[in-house]
Amino acid sequence: MNNIIVMPMIIPLLTGIVLVFLRPYIKIQRMLTFLALVATAGVSLYILNSIQANGILTLNFGGWLPPYGILFVADSFSVLLVLTTSIVSSIILLYAFSSIGEARENMFFYTFVLLLIAGVNGSFLTGDLFNLFVSFEVMLLASYVLITLGGRKIQLVESIKYVAINVLSSWFFLLGIAYLYGTIGTLNMAHLSERIAEVGQTPLLTVISLIFLLVFSLKSGLLLYFWLPGSYSAPPTAIAALFGALLTKVGIYAMFRMFTLVFYHEPSITHTLIGIMAVLTMIGGSIGAIAYKDIRQIISYNVIITVGFILVGLAISTEIAIQGSIYYLVHDMIIKALLFLLAGTMIYLTGSARIEDMSGLIRNYPLLGWLFFLSILSLAGIPPLSGFIGKLYIGQGAVEAGVYGLLVIAFLSSLFVLYSLLRIFMNTFWGETIISEDDETPLRKRLLLPVVLLGAATIVLGIGAEGISVYVSDAAHTLMNPTVYIDAVMQRNQ
Amino acid sequence: MKSNDVILQTVTKVVVFIILTFGVELFLSGHNNPGGGFIGGLVLSSALVLLYLVNDIETVHKGIPFDFKIVAAFGVLLAVGTGVGAVLFGVEFLSQTFVHVNLPIFGETELATVLLFETGVALTVVGTVVTIILSISEDV
Repeated sequence: MNNIIVMPMIIPLLTGIVLVFLRPYIKIQRMLTFLALVATAGVSLYILNSIQANGILTLNFGGWLPPYGILFVADSFSVLLVLTTSIVSSIILLYAFSSIGEARENMFFYTFVLLLIAGVNGSFLTGDLFNLFVSFEVMLLASYVLITLGGRKIQLVESIKYVAINVLSSWFFLLGIAYLYGTIGTLNMAHLSERIAEVGQTPLLTVISLIFLLVFSLKSGLLLYFWLPGSYSAPPTAIAALFGALLTKVGIYAMFRMFTLVFYHEPSITHTLIGIMAVLTMIGGSIGAIAYKDIRQIISYNVIITVGFILVGLAISTEIAIQGSIYYLVHDMIIKALLFLLAGTMIYLTGSARIEDMSGLIRNYPLLGWLFFLSILSLAGIPPLSGFIGKLYIGQGAVEAGVYGLLVIAFLSSLFVLYSLLRIFMNTFWGETIISEDDETPLRKRLLLPVVLLGAATIVLGIGAEGISVYVSDAAHTLMNPTVYIDAVMQRNQ
Repeated sequence: MKSNDVILQTVTKVVVFIILTFGVELFLSGHNNPGGGFIGGLVLSSALVLLYLVNDIETVHKGIPFDFKIVAAFGVLLAVGTGVGAVLFGVEFLSQTFVHVNLPIFGETELATVLLFETGVALTVVGTVVTIILSISEDV
């Protein structure tokens, strides 16, 4: 019995509900939200270490044993993501405190942020396919509110697309779950894996797995990303940063879980398809990233390129490549939050989102410029920053597996990332300074602090990659050996 | 426009009590029989919606002066709270328990902690449905 592993979902959930009663007291709301997220981060760190000591932790809700009950499973992969989620979102909240505005704070902004995080953490921790669906819905419903909150015209336009596409993909998700329950008779992921291993992954099951591939590609923006750039550039900076850092990652997580634990018997079909989709995603994302002049659009397309890049690791599916994907996933949560906050700050300072309207910002805001440069280096994968090790491992995995096509395209896409961001950098920070020192909008320290913290995080994660290598290799080991997960859930080793 | 809805108002006075009683019946028969907090709550809120339709919002609000958003939040808090309560007793999250007690009028009755959970669900449903109906009506 490990009640602690439900806490990363329960702490944000309960705090979010309590905040409804504290609607007029915005200062208290801010404080409680921040404390809740810090507490969640602390708890996840504790869980992560106790997994290293005691193996995978499971919690059967209400004492109903699997496969009959529902359960939470905490393995290194999921808790590593929960930990990163908590840290990144608490830093983003620091930014939200001084940028989101009282009108939104009054309309339950913090409640919905906390519900979003509860949904994200729930999706990472659940060991049951139906609860994965429920957690997805909790997260999505909160995100529907956050994307429309404020009701500016662009938000409403983009949210119609966003809601429609997500309702559709949730419907497919439910359909896939129904098919799977009809054929296999269980929804517990470990039990599913076991039964599919017994009967073999028949063509029928492979078709069902493709429905799940479709669902998670829609959610994570793998190839089916047409909704993403618009809806990620519509909401205010802090919300866009939360979306960019967290939401696609949940889809990616679900894809890793399903295609390493449950549907791993027909890699020639499913994993090849994932590889092809990843390649197309990277190509499409690269074209998008260099095609636009709106900073928010460029950054949103960078999110898409990364989704393709991370899933190259899943397509290769060797332990090294998966390790690379996990490193890159953690790195990307931090760096995308940083990038969205930087872009939002630049738009706030200059009042425009187009790169040709800005010039010579480095004179006005030197620290901001250097942080932007730092994040470019980190995204490009320059050692010792955090992007390097993930790229290295994915590359190594690709070479070992002999898939040079994937390798070339993955690294070419990195060049496009570098080019698209350098284009922003050179256009906005270099050149003639057009804002005189008297006219410049002062950059408040409170807005700069979260950006600096995230910048520090990418350096720390890069230099201290050794520190999390224990967790990452354990996570990759569990993903590549489904029996470890199954035995823990079915409690065979006790 | 002054509408003449004497019949509707008179019938409603009786029907609301029938609906409310049925809602409570459905709510209590959950756990072991078809019923429970969700559909019980839906039926209860349908009675409230009927009241809002027949009278106007201000009149009903005088009689039932609740902010239904708070009702919904309280319901969720109660439901999640029973789950967390189990943690405080040192058993698995969301564990339920029950006892058989002899109550004066009802005789031997099963009292289950799931009733608290279901109360939370019912309040959430009532709060949410009424909030939805009220916000739709405000827009027009």
